[in-house]
Amino acid sequence: MKEDKMRYLPLTPEDRQSMLATIGAQTVDDLFVDVPEEARLTGPVQGLPMHAGEMAVEAHMKALAKKNHAAGDMPFFLGAGAYRHHVPASVDHIIQRGEFLTAYTPYQPEIAQGTLQTLFEFQTQVARLFGVDVANASMYDGSTACWEAITMARRITKRSKALLSSGLHPHYVSVAKTMAKFTKDTLVYDAPQLDAATDGQRLLDQIDSDTSCIVVQYPDILGRIDNMAALAEKAKAHKALLIAVVTEPVALGAIMSPGEMGADIVVGEGQSLGVGLQFGGPYVGLFGCKEKYVRQMPGRLCGETVDAEGKRGFVLTLSTREQHIRREKATSNICTNSGLCALAFTAHMTLLGEKGLRQLATLNHKKAVQAAGRLSAISGVKLLNDSFFNEFTLVLDKDARPIVRALADQRILAGVSLGRLYPEEESLAHGLIVAVTETVSDEDVEALAVALEGALA
Amino acid sequence: MNMLSEGRPTKQEENLTMPTQDAITTHTGNRALMVDEPLIFETGSPDRSGVDLPDAPEVESRLGGLDRKAPIGVPGLSEAEMVRHYTRLSRQNYAIDVGLFPLGSCTMKHNPRLNEKMARLKGFADIHPMQPMESVQGALELIHELAEWLKLLTGMPAVAMSPKAGAHGELCGILAIRSALEARGDAREVILVPESAHGTNPATAAFAGYKVEDIPANSNGRVDLEALKARLGPDVAGVMITNPNTCGLFEPDMKAISDAVHAAGGLVYCDGANFNAIVGKVRPGDLGVDAMHINLHKTFSTPHGGGGPGSGPVVFSEALAPFAPLPIVEKMDNGHFHLIEEETAEEHHSSSFGRMVAFHGQMGMFTRALTYMLSHGADGLKQVSEDAVLNANYILRSLDDILEAPFGKSGPCMHEALFSDKGFTNGLGTLDLAKGMIDEGYHPMTMYFPLVVHGAMLVEPTETESKAAIDQFVGAFRSVAERAKAGDELLKSAPHFAPRHRLDETQAARKPALVWTEPEDFAEAAE
Repeated sequence: MKEDKMRYLPLTPEDRQSMLATIGAQTVDDLFVDVPEEARLTGPVQGLPMHAGEMAVEAHMKALAKKNHAAGDMPFFLGAGAYRHHVPASVDHIIQRGEFLTAYTPYQPEIAQGTLQTLFEFQTQVARLFGVDVANASMYDGSTACWEAITMARRITKRSKALLSSGLHPHYVSVAKTMAKFTKDTLVYDAPQLDAATDGQRLLDQIDSDTSCIVVQYPDILGRIDNMAALAEKAKAHKALLIAVVTEPVALGAIMSPGEMGADIVVGEGQSLGVGLQFGGPYVGLFGCKEKYVRQMPGRLCGETVDAEGKRGFVLTLSTREQHIRREKATSNICTNSGLCALAFTAHMTLLGEKGLRQLATLNHKKAVQAAGRLSAISGVKLLNDSFFNEFTLVLDKDARPIVRALADQRILAGVSLGRLYPEEESLAHGLIVAVTETVSDEDVEALAVALEGALA
Repeated sequence: MNMLSEGRPTKQEENLTMPTQDAITTHTGNRALMVDEPLIFETGSPDRSGVDLPDAPEVESRLGGLDRKAPIGVPGLSEAEMVRHYTRLSRQNYAIDVGLFPLGSCTMKHNPRLNEKMARLKGFADIHPMQPMESVQGALELIHELAEWLKLLTGMPAVAMSPKAGAHGELCGILAIRSALEARGDAREVILVPESAHGTNPATAAFAGYKVEDIPANSNGRVDLEALKARLGPDVAGVMITNPNTCGLFEPDMKAISDAVHAAGGLVYCDGANFNAIVGKVRPGDLGVDAMHINLHKTFSTPHGGGGPGSGPVVFSEALAPFAPLPIVEKMDNGHFHLIEEETAEEHHSSSFGRMVAFHGQMGMFTRALTYMLSHGADGLKQVSEDAVLNANYILRSLDDILEAPFGKSGPCMHEALFSDKGFTNGLGTLDLAKGMIDEGYHPMTMYFPLVVHGAMLVEPTETESKAAIDQFVGAFRSVAERAKAGDELLKSAPHFAPRHRLDETQAARKPALVWTEPEDFAEAAE
């Protein structure tokens, strides 16, 4: 390679020579003397291409991108933990400002007030949206936030049996099961049934004095909405905690917050606001709880304080819970979280405000109600839900998964089949989860309806 | 040239005396471009919004009687106000785009903007993780292609792509080790970690249920091989070693360490946080490593974003490959790409320890990292590590006459230079030097880490700095170091020119204020 052709590397051959002279080395290889010679490669790694210019790289990436069906190019109805909402242009502009994009975790608060103040605002917005006292500065995503909440409940209650609602996202269940194998937590879980009612009653019956927590998704994986106040009350009577999981935060612009119903810890996936679909990541985990549990909360926290002149400022705080201080005694091993996605979330929320959030939520809900009406009028289609927000479950009179695949070939992305989510559960194979957000047009719904009619005929 | 000045003075007044900065106050408290920005809760209002949405169709709602009636309490701003709010806040941040960011062990290199452009292609940014696989073949192919790069660059046969960040990758590696040991009916209890390790290592091992024991370092800042060998035994599941280590040094005995651990029935985890020093130059697979995470947000230039999102794929040896977590992208015989999830795991990956995240990992980071790799190529990546190591050694040798370099005598460093606060006077320490660097216009180096060196200062310039930029940085560092050695009182109250003076962290921790609350007089007035 002609060394001066690599556009991201500013050193010239002359620079390198003069720097080696300062160091007192003959060649750059002299700097790698600690690496045993047999482990040092003499040339570039075999089997990989050589460097390429912007145009060539762009062409390669665009060719890959073109092989995918982009959601915006066709009628699109997928949800089940990731939702397609319109992200205002100003949000993406803000997160691309280099001062946010290329900053590090705010370890030097005097020159990181931009990041810190937005995190403080983010924490406040999340706490208020969830109806709890405090929130942290974000987690990796909803599924990992959910597991961290279960371990937090274990630390608080000193018990290790968690009751998981059958309405919890199956990936979240899967993550918790994976982790519990190693931590020896006991998880009680059954797959959902195609029923308009949630398993709230079963959970109520199962709470006992060994229970550390009850984990309930709201709205749940099938789109159902259930009041969790009775669960909160019984949990409290047994000194167990109620954990609510919200995978669609826009819903909380329309329905009561889990905190208002007595949830002790509320976690969620914040992807809906500002972040976009991105094939599943990066997303942003939301984590809030009652004030009394704050010292058991995982993850980074931003707090208000003053500087030496008495001016208000913000810092990372309560780091005595964290791995870089506590090492093996830390509340969690998390270091990096999801700062830039948290910025996207908070910027979008600020642009909406309460008025905009409520409007957005209403628009989502009413469009979904309308679509549910149209789709459930099709012969061979039943609507499972009594209540829902922007997502509901249809029960078809055939297996849903092959239909979803066939419709994708017709350039209609129809929803998430329960067969994909619960491959083991034959009783669920006819279920199809359909999400309808503000990005779905009447024509999209009609296209789906006509295609479904065709597939079921 | 005759210019119309319309009364506007075109020439500086002569003999002006400039007052000292402290003597000037402003009505607002602001200083030109340095402007304080209130919280959205102080300026916004719940009925203001920067979005306009179409009217909702008129249909009955079906919310099950759970309508949210009480105020939520999230204020809004108009678009102009919102853009200004965040723009003003952004200007209170230091960032790579603003200047050299020598934060040791964090690899703050330039983030190419082509990466951002590629990540925003609708075929990557606007696809849902649960779309039918035939509709996302390009995305699966991209993950597969990136996986191939990572395997070739590390010389390891398998990789798990889903971990969300470095610490999550560590957890992935340790869980694979535990699964492998349990599968052979040989559950063990102890993980050995060098005392210089990053705090996430012991935290991760503990999270996975292991007891953590320290391995001492020798006087050269490397793992004490004999002490390690003496501790190995049937209760030791493995070691977690950072290589290059947190002192910025390569562990020359790495292969011997791996061999000893393997001979005692254990497995080797390598923390790949410092992979930037050896990428394209050394393959960890050649050193006997069984698992290593790779921070795409360090070595492969995906932006740090003020604290994430990161991405921490984990490469595995043959011994651990069968235990890798789901999902896994595989290329089928017909050339199509398939996502192995729980459903098909039974036949293909029956030993997988399970799922670590919903969906498939940090796709947005994968697109950026692959863009970066394609730009550099195998030749460019080799140049990356060579230039990163060259820049660090240049700093080491440009400053080791004024600052103590604890391991400087034992030879060259890798990608970061380590100094101590030895010789500072008047009670000044590393923190004061760091704050002095802020006034010079730099983000400070990593402070007080690694813990094995008193008042440690870990300087990592990365390969994307020019010689001129490094010379300027060295000049500033030298000047502040001289002041620290001379006991300059003014350093104790630095920074003087940042948006904030030193912040009271004790008060923040004693009475945590983590959310905004309406001031009391405000609440009273509303009554």
